[in-house]
Amino acid sequence: MILEVDGVEFQYKSKEVLKDIKFELKRNEILSILGPNGVGKTTLLKCMNAILKPNKGAIMIEEENVLKLEQIEIARRLGYVPQRCEPARLTAFDAVLLGRMPHMKWNISPEDVMIVEETIKKLSLEDLALRYIDELSGGELQKVGIARAIAQNPKLLLLDEPTSSLDLKNQLEILETVREVVRNEDVSAIITMHDLNLAFRYSDKFLFLKHGTIFAAGSMGEITPQVIEEVYGVPVTIQNYQNVPVVIPV
Amino acid sequence: MMKGQQGEIARRYKAHTGRKTTYILSGIFLLFVMMVFSISIGPVDIPPLDVIQTLAGQSVSTRMDSIIWNIRLPQVLTAIVAGAGLAISGVVMQSILRNPLGSPFTLGISNAAAFGAAFSVMVLGTGATHSSVGDAVVISNPYTTTIVAFVFALLVTVIILAFSRIRGVTPEIMILVGVAMGSLFSAGTMFLQYFADDVQLASMVFWTFGDVARASWQELGLITAIVLVSIIYFTLERWKYNAIDAGDETAKGLGVNVEKVRIRGMMCASLVTAIIVAFLGVIGFVGLICPHMARRIIGDDHRFLITGSLITGSLLLLCADTAARVMLEPYQLPVAVLTSFLGAPTFIYLILGGRRI
Repeated sequence: MILEVDGVEFQYKSKEVLKDIKFELKRNEILSILGPNGVGKTTLLKCMNAILKPNKGAIMIEEENVLKLEQIEIARRLGYVPQRCEPARLTAFDAVLLGRMPHMKWNISPEDVMIVEETIKKLSLEDLALRYIDELSGGELQKVGIARAIAQNPKLLLLDEPTSSLDLKNQLEILETVREVVRNEDVSAIITMHDLNLAFRYSDKFLFLKHGTIFAAGSMGEITPQVIEEVYGVPVTIQNYQNVPVVIPV
Repeated sequence: MMKGQQGEIARRYKAHTGRKTTYILSGIFLLFVMMVFSISIGPVDIPPLDVIQTLAGQSVSTRMDSIIWNIRLPQVLTAIVAGAGLAISGVVMQSILRNPLGSPFTLGISNAAAFGAAFSVMVLGTGATHSSVGDAVVISNPYTTTIVAFVFALLVTVIILAFSRIRGVTPEIMILVGVAMGSLFSAGTMFLQYFADDVQLASMVFWTFGDVARASWQELGLITAIVLVSIIYFTLERWKYNAIDAGDETAKGLGVNVEKVRIRGMMCASLVTAIIVAFLGVIGFVGLICPHMARRIIGDDHRFLITGSLITGSLLLLCADTAARVMLEPYQLPVAVLTSFLGAPTFIYLILGGRRI
């Protein structure tokens, strides 16, 4: 297990947002966090790297409790991509270079530059490398954000709705990229998502949240139409189309 | 991947950052040229070569020595240091407040300093009008006025930070509290001015006209020390400002303690501004405009932007001060009159220039 989450609870101003969160993740796996709006998906993701501090529980990454680590130490182990990356007058190369910050001392080393170049190639962003990110499209900016997190050289990638504002082609490209990275590198990923079909297509494990706690979790075999109906309040059927499960509201 | 392709992107990137270094070096060269030019012109024209010779320590004539070392050089250096200080405070404020209008002035620091000066003049009776006309520059700094102005400028910072502690260290809270403080202190100044007599009123108003001719060598030394320390501090934090530009959450994900960076940056930028305003008076727009000018040439990368802004600030204030000295000879305008005139059109030009500010 690369990640073991146990008994995580989070309160916001004495209002309970998350309770009794418990799950595990293996190396080279992608986990999707699913559930209706406002259920706490993003909150859970932010608890994972202690941007929000859980009131209780433990988040173990390779036997180390994230909640007991310094912020910089966390950044060396977890790469976080927020829903929105702010554009600035920086080149994509500069933006990815920021991912080396947790490993940097006073300034960048030749090794940092090499890692950034490799990451850019890995994600086929060569053409963007020297363009300013305030001139990039939403999809391109998202890819740069992911590249930055990968350059962090993390054990675990956290992606907050990476596809929410993208067109179909970009949605597929982004998730394809994430899957490739997770398969080929020593890394796992947790993604919050709204689109069930994309989640089913690209992830290995699923975690459905309802009322701030886990309603169901597991791999595709354990996800039934009943689960989805209970969580979203919409009756659905799951059909297989060329070995890809497709959710259809009925 | 083909062989020989290795390092291609890195090579192009190095060329890209190399250009920025070139801009900065050209800026430093330009600043030096402008410095010599500025020293050479005035009521007594000194040939530039004599200026360089005198600065190098070889006396040309006692009269030149006296003009250069006692009058022109302190003023030129004050313009350079104050311009640099105001510009780096502006650039850091814009980053940590995530606001293009961020500058220590937006946060009411100059208003508070002006109130402090007015308070000192009226209540503590420290008023003294300066004269800086023609060759006979009399720099008679009423120290109490300076100290009181400084204390009030820092007070605003403390209030902003106290509110941030209570309500969260967000740019919105800081800006709103700052704007509120600014208008509170302008109201206070108006109140004092209404009850002031003619001489007091003249002193108060005169104090607010920022003028780099006010500083003597000792004061210049003090300002320089604080500006230097802040340059070093901001340079150490440059990566963190880049990370904050990418968004608070991205920065936190990269291990940056965003709140701490914000509070410390704010304190340092305020201190620099407070000391400059307290000694020289209010010099508007330099802190706001220069970072934007530098951004247009260099981009938002703080590794280069901090240096770029401080050179731009030095250059702008030095040019403005030189112009203010000679354009209405024999009268010397305080530089603040000119920067404020320059400020508005430059800003509009930057906006119309097409780039997101």
